[in-house]
Amino acid sequence: MLLRDVAAVALGAAVTGASFGAISVGSGLPWWMPVLMSLLIFAGGSQFMAVGIVAAGGSPAAAVLAGLVLNARHLPFGLAIGDVLGKSPLARIVGSHLLIDESTAFAMSQKDPARARAAYWACGVALFFSWNTGVLIGALVGQAIGDPMTFGLDAAFPAALLALTLPALKDKSTRNAALTGGAIALATTPFLPAGVPVLLALAGLFVFKTKKEEPCPSPQS
Amino acid sequence: MPVTAVLILAAGTFAIRLAGPLLRDRVTLPEKVRELMSASATVLLFALVAVSALTNGKQFGGWALAIGVAVGGLAAWRKLPFVAVIVLAAVTTAGLRLAGVA
Repeated sequence: MLLRDVAAVALGAAVTGASFGAISVGSGLPWWMPVLMSLLIFAGGSQFMAVGIVAAGGSPAAAVLAGLVLNARHLPFGLAIGDVLGKSPLARIVGSHLLIDESTAFAMSQKDPARARAAYWACGVALFFSWNTGVLIGALVGQAIGDPMTFGLDAAFPAALLALTLPALKDKSTRNAALTGGAIALATTPFLPAGVPVLLALAGLFVFKTKKEEPCPSPQS
Repeated sequence: MPVTAVLILAAGTFAIRLAGPLLRDRVTLPEKVRELMSASATVLLFALVAVSALTNGKQFGGWALAIGVAVGGLAAWRKLPFVAVIVLAAVTTAGLRLAGVA
């Protein structure tokens, strides 16, 4: 059951990876660049974002900054499920690299700590291999595609991101913040360097309301 | 995309990932902050969708692109498989351009 779910998610990651490879090469990067990014960064959203910003003429610094802001969500992930990685330094180092949305979600879906640990590592390892294999294939095939505009590949990138974002947009407060942020980004795009409008979208968080009032965290923990 | 940028992004991302398990014993993030972090990821992704679907980085990116992304978004909303979303978006945009829509 768990392995079947992991396999389904891994297959999806391979396809997404292939489109990332093809889109990157289509935007003018050499084939090994998306492969290197996927091995070392291993965070799809930030990879798409970095390539998108540079492809749109933005500076690499803006791409790095936007990617880091996007990946900041891994910090609370690690705080939430850090125990499942294991205590040894090696397990923590390798396990941290496998800390992604999917492995976190799989680990949190298991109540028993041993199963949570198995789920985390199974998902992380499977996705690391399927994602990187997909990227490599996509990058090599994408080289042969030629002008991505002719094949509408410039529409594939935002459509893929939209599909990945859609579930989170079901939450009304998140949706309001995203719509506000998107409007800010669109309104400032003609006047600012590429990449900066996307970061300015974070101002949309001012309309974000957390679900419930949290009492002050207890000091003893 | 210089290699240096890739290395900095990779190192920074790894540091963020490692910090969680290492800090875990010491601090507890309030639920509010965690929600805000997750919302900021969505806000950033959605803004990138808006900018890359509707602009070419400076001005309106053309109807073929905008309609293609809209069709892909509709497919995702109707819970079509991820591959179908991507293919529908690309095929729509390519078809419109072939038909002479900018």
